[in-house]
Amino acid sequence: MQRLRKLFSVTAVRLTVLYSLLFGATALGLIFYVTAGTVTLLKQQVTVSINDELKEFAEIYEEAGLNGAISALELRSRAPGANLYIVSNPSGEILAGNVLNLEAGVLNNIGWTYHPFSYTRFDTSKSAEYRALARVVELPNGMRLLIGRDIGEPEKFRNLIFNSLALALGSMVTLGFLAWFFVGRRVLKRIDLVARSTDRIMSGDREERLPISGSGDEFDRLSVRLNSMLDRINLLDEGLKQVSDNIAHDLKTPLTRIRNSVEASLAKESKTAGHRQALENVLLESENLIKTFNALLMISQVESGSSTAQMAQQNISEITADIVELYEPAAEEQNFQLRARIEDDLKVNGNRELLSQMISNLIDNALKYGKSTTSDSSLIEVEARSLKGRVVITVADHGSGIPDNENGKVLQRFYRLEQSRNLPGSGLGLALVSAIAKMHFASLALKDNDPGLKVVIEFPV
Amino acid sequence: MHILIIEDDKQAADYLVNALDEAGHNVDHAGDGEMAFVMCDSSEYDVLVVDRMLPKMDGLSLLRKLRDRGDMTPALILSALGQVDDRVEGLRSGGDDYLTKPYAFSELLARIEVLSKRKIVDDTDTLITVCDLKLDRLSHKVFRGDIKILLQPREFRLLEYLMRNAGKVVTRTMLLEQVWDYHFDPQTNVIDVHISRLRGKIDKEFEFPLLHTIRGKGYILQKDSVD
Repeated sequence: MQRLRKLFSVTAVRLTVLYSLLFGATALGLIFYVTAGTVTLLKQQVTVSINDELKEFAEIYEEAGLNGAISALELRSRAPGANLYIVSNPSGEILAGNVLNLEAGVLNNIGWTYHPFSYTRFDTSKSAEYRALARVVELPNGMRLLIGRDIGEPEKFRNLIFNSLALALGSMVTLGFLAWFFVGRRVLKRIDLVARSTDRIMSGDREERLPISGSGDEFDRLSVRLNSMLDRINLLDEGLKQVSDNIAHDLKTPLTRIRNSVEASLAKESKTAGHRQALENVLLESENLIKTFNALLMISQVESGSSTAQMAQQNISEITADIVELYEPAAEEQNFQLRARIEDDLKVNGNRELLSQMISNLIDNALKYGKSTTSDSSLIEVEARSLKGRVVITVADHGSGIPDNENGKVLQRFYRLEQSRNLPGSGLGLALVSAIAKMHFASLALKDNDPGLKVVIEFPV
Repeated sequence: MHILIIEDDKQAADYLVNALDEAGHNVDHAGDGEMAFVMCDSSEYDVLVVDRMLPKMDGLSLLRKLRDRGDMTPALILSALGQVDDRVEGLRSGGDDYLTKPYAFSELLARIEVLSKRKIVDDTDTLITVCDLKLDRLSHKVFRGDIKILLQPREFRLLEYLMRNAGKVVTRTMLLEQVWDYHFDPQTNVIDVHISRLRGKIDKEFEFPLLHTIRGKGYILQKDSVD
């Protein structure tokens, strides 16, 4: 019963049942229509021919009287395939004709007997019962004349149609059920397999994937799609996990410093100056924490692509020039030479604020790590140009650069080079640059400027 | 200044009310949007400080309803949602300024002062004067006394913003937002250097300085030096 219910909950099976029912109902309707039509037609024909015959007898009766009519009747009743003829007295006793006996009451019913009745024929040796329609008229002397027609043959034909249709319908429904029972079971089996895989995934097995039979059917196609969706989810999940690891490692450190500072200050014998110093420390640390938090949130938001709504055609030349202008005095003060070579009217599709922040972060980095070891005035070159239709933004410094083996790592959140760990900074700058570039479908390359770092961002056409 | 704080978090609200009170303002508090809507009807406020997430009616709906009925009281939105899109949405709903939590109180105070309706300088004035410093917005000329001062376009906008808000503290982020239209914090302190360049042009070799730095807070343009 459980199995049956489960089977019935399969869409394919339900559809089959529904179609069978619909088809069955239509076929039944058709059968009834055809048989009803046949019966009506039959009745009409019988009525017309019996009426005609009665008219003939009436004429004979008028000309030759009762005896003449009876002998004409006897003559006709002996012809092969004759109609039914009965002449009876008023009490219903059969006097002449070709009928031995018939259903009671038919003779008493003056007029039409439209419902088929059964009778036994005189001239057949078998006493089989036949079915017929008949009309009874009362003769002037009270005798009765019955003329009827056998409807056995048309009835048989009608039954044949009915039976064959019913048989066809029945076998179709049975076959349909059998076919769908097996197909449905196959479907159920596949679904059970998928369900088992999903259960395993839900219970924590991240590597489990939906089974693929290799037949390339719709189940396979669906499984392939779902599997690539699972891959993508895994990737995002790993990103999330990395963020929480980052939070654990890099946000707990400043929190610990804040805590230590407060504890140390509380432990001291109350001296206002000491407290003030501690509070200032706490404020500074918490401000840095907020900055780190904001940067992290910013990176995740950019990575998830939820600010793409703000994308529009931007004049990257102006954006770059504005940022260079913003940084120029600060660079000069720190003994940097900020040199910009910007081609006019370069356009990219993007978000002005994010693009500005990207270039700003790169110049920030150059100011922080791009101090030349050989010359007094360090040069930072910012370039925006068009290369075969692609917009390329370059920020290059002459500092110590990034060792080749750490090239990829500096784009990760919180990653900092060994020699720069004592410098202020969160280790999020390049991670944000990378996220923003990715969001704009731009490629990001870290190149050796010999010496120094050259960051090249290439936008798509 | 008469300020209405609309904030559902009791602790945050108490802190704001006390701190603004100490700064010399007359502060009211509403715990939800509907209450604030009623209070705005019965009292005249100079500035509204609106938390974005509020019970009964959220901050943005409140602002839209206020603006719909013609109440244009300057409003500063406080929100934990600080991304570009959130800010744009906030300003579109009728906010005049947007500050992301957690914030520095000095930043909030400075922004409230600047938002106040009691503007010293009329927006439509083409000539702004602070002490002996004159700025002509049409001809883009700046004079201190009789001496003409040559400024770069950005320096001109910086000075215009400072003069428009003369006597009030403006913070570095306010300058970044209003003069440069950036809503992120550059790691390097770029604003200080721009200010000192401007100072070199408008204050250096004059009898008294006009542009003062307020440590830990920002800058103020006025005749008298601070503390």
